[in-house]
Amino acid sequence: MSEPAPSAAVAPAREVTRYVAIAGNPNCGKSTIFNSLTGLRQKVGNYPGVTVEKKTGRFFGSHGEAMELLDLPGSYSLQIRSPDEAVARDVLLGRQSDTPRPDAVICVVDASNLERNLYLVAQMLELHIPVVVALNMIDVAEKNGVVIDLMALREKLGVPVIPMVATRGMGFVELRQAISRSPLPAPTTCAQMPIVLETEVMALARQLPVANEVARAEALLLLTLHEKALDEVVHHDGAIVGATKAAQQRLRASGIDPISAPVDARYEWIGRVCAAACHTGESHSAVSISDKIDGWLTHRIWGWVAFLGMMTLMFFCIFTIAQYPMDWLDGACTGFADWVGRHLPESDLRSLLTDGVIAGVGRVVVFLPQILILYFFLGILEDTGYMARAAFIMDRMMSRVGLHGKSFIPMLSSFACAIPGIMATRTIENRKDRLVTILVAPLMSCSARLPVYALMIAVLIPVASGLAKAGIMLCMYLVGIFAAFGMAWFFKTKIFKGETPMLLLEMPPYRMPSLRTIAIRMWERAGLFLRRAGTVILALSILLWALATYPKPADPKATPAEALAHSFAGRMGHALEPAIAPLGFDWKIGIGLIGSFAAREVFVSTMSIVYNVETKDKEDTESLRESMRAERRSDGRPVFTPLVCVGLMVFYVLAMQCISTIAVVRRETNSWRWPLFQTAYMTALAWIGAFVVYQGGRLLGLQ
Amino acid sequence: MSAEADVFLDTLKIGEKARVLGFNLPEEHRQRLLEMGLTVGAECAVIRFAPMGDPIDIKVRGYQLSLRKREAAGVRISRL
Repeated sequence: MSEPAPSAAVAPAREVTRYVAIAGNPNCGKSTIFNSLTGLRQKVGNYPGVTVEKKTGRFFGSHGEAMELLDLPGSYSLQIRSPDEAVARDVLLGRQSDTPRPDAVICVVDASNLERNLYLVAQMLELHIPVVVALNMIDVAEKNGVVIDLMALREKLGVPVIPMVATRGMGFVELRQAISRSPLPAPTTCAQMPIVLETEVMALARQLPVANEVARAEALLLLTLHEKALDEVVHHDGAIVGATKAAQQRLRASGIDPISAPVDARYEWIGRVCAAACHTGESHSAVSISDKIDGWLTHRIWGWVAFLGMMTLMFFCIFTIAQYPMDWLDGACTGFADWVGRHLPESDLRSLLTDGVIAGVGRVVVFLPQILILYFFLGILEDTGYMARAAFIMDRMMSRVGLHGKSFIPMLSSFACAIPGIMATRTIENRKDRLVTILVAPLMSCSARLPVYALMIAVLIPVASGLAKAGIMLCMYLVGIFAAFGMAWFFKTKIFKGETPMLLLEMPPYRMPSLRTIAIRMWERAGLFLRRAGTVILALSILLWALATYPKPADPKATPAEALAHSFAGRMGHALEPAIAPLGFDWKIGIGLIGSFAAREVFVSTMSIVYNVETKDKEDTESLRESMRAERRSDGRPVFTPLVCVGLMVFYVLAMQCISTIAVVRRETNSWRWPLFQTAYMTALAWIGAFVVYQGGRLLGLQ
Repeated sequence: MSAEADVFLDTLKIGEKARVLGFNLPEEHRQRLLEMGLTVGAECAVIRFAPMGDPIDIKVRGYQLSLRKREAAGVRISRL
């Protein structure tokens, strides 16, 4: 149950002496403090059964004693509304199965936004757990003209309060000292509840089968649950829930609203704390500078200009600058495969290494530049506070399909590649919104679809002008956008029904980003992607290699095309023919579809093998184009009629056809259920799309 | 209780200040607003609207909070 510490005999100094949680509101600088304390000694995992990340790190107290630091998800309150907040609450109450109840909590507080930040502190003090308040950003508070009397604040809160400027490394020595103190006393004071409420709380606490010190906090949290949440309580049996409802009834009858009374009591207490400890003087700017920037960045016209400019820049960097390292990585992988190919005799092993393993590894690492660049931008947007403005600007549009502003950036990023896009959905707190965004993000046309579009346009119109090409391309992008928003609307209104989550968006003042924090996050994301998604991508790549290689034709002199037709993939292409015949696709296209299940762009190389065309490089598709145009059905009609070409493009707009995305969705949703559902629905959508194009076109008398 | 019709947060103009009187919102939404500091008796002011007119950015307890007009229409206020 507890953290596996190294044996004391081997490394006595490294034994974990204290298990500390760090909590705080979003935007309070908690990550900066966590990163400064733990450096790169961090581990990222998942809480069992939920998609919430569990981040822990090792740090050392003022005498070198090792302590474990658990980064709790940023939350405004212990009253839950998201899985993140549920985890924070469960850990602090000691009922998260795989995590021990912390020995102490560092509660990070934004000094420039003290009142609201103290709300979480007020709740922490009710938990009977030692609390150290890290009063961060005192410099900003001072600039705003707020002078905080530390002695008074300590006295009123009854816990140590450490003034800090985490971005400049100030206050860490004192924080380490405070958290190393032994013993750390539990808080002695907290907000007083109205007497009627307190009586009910204590009565309910006595019925709870939990340890004494958390019973009151648990009872209070239960009593303040609204009815819907109360029906979803899983930690207690029906009798407790019934007792809670009865107590709420009695409270309402005596004129106490169980929803608002505790909140009011805490804010009243906070009011008294602030009255004693904060002295507001002359404000020197910070807020007003932030206001001035907002005057431009959320302006009716300039706001859009700035927003589009920033999105274009980000998109441009992901799309184009990433291309250089991607080409380089791609070249390195191909070069390595060639080298292996030259040094090994012709064998299955050579084929496995070059076409399976190395190609699979290449498929993984080639995404790294995009992921790193995206996380760099996301980090800047988040740290500066612009992310909240982007959501503010886009919310109206996104709300039309039932999503909110925060879903916009992941969807935009998916134009470059769905992998970083899906990884960017982490900024969406609401679980359903996040899931819907993940489900529709791969419908946005990513860069891997471009080679397929390019090939099919070339087959469709061999002498297409640039304008015609761009026009067709644009249509494909529009089909993808339309499908993504349509499906988002469908999922939000038909499948994930229930209340539309409200938008409550804090607009933090603009701040300078911390490059260190951003760099650590980029490093962490890249590592996670390689470990979690990379392994799945590699395994599936090898599986697909095997499908396209075995069984081998009896005749050793068989051409690659014959070998492919003989393989499982080829047989599957044949088997697939009845299913895809209504779309106008033949079995050779079927092989292409199966081969490109690993990645869309593989369609081009698979078709080259099917049509026995030697393509020297990816850009040169001329001979392939001619072979495809010349292809005839048994009755002499051409295979690649305009309807088939367009249908195939539409199929690729809508179909999943990307194991990397599947692997990332598996990782981000922590189950195979959603990636499988997503693959199924997208394939169905693709089939319907191609069917409508082909059969609809034929009804209209087109070819 | 009073003869005047109720006034709601979504009717305020930029720069106008108000005091929260109560809520006509589902319990879970009310609770969230309360915990974010928009308690009965709290003062707030409208700072700006998003370029498309929704959401609204308000100032409450010294910080800025955005909420949609749909929810703001459930916050009863009196102008200050």
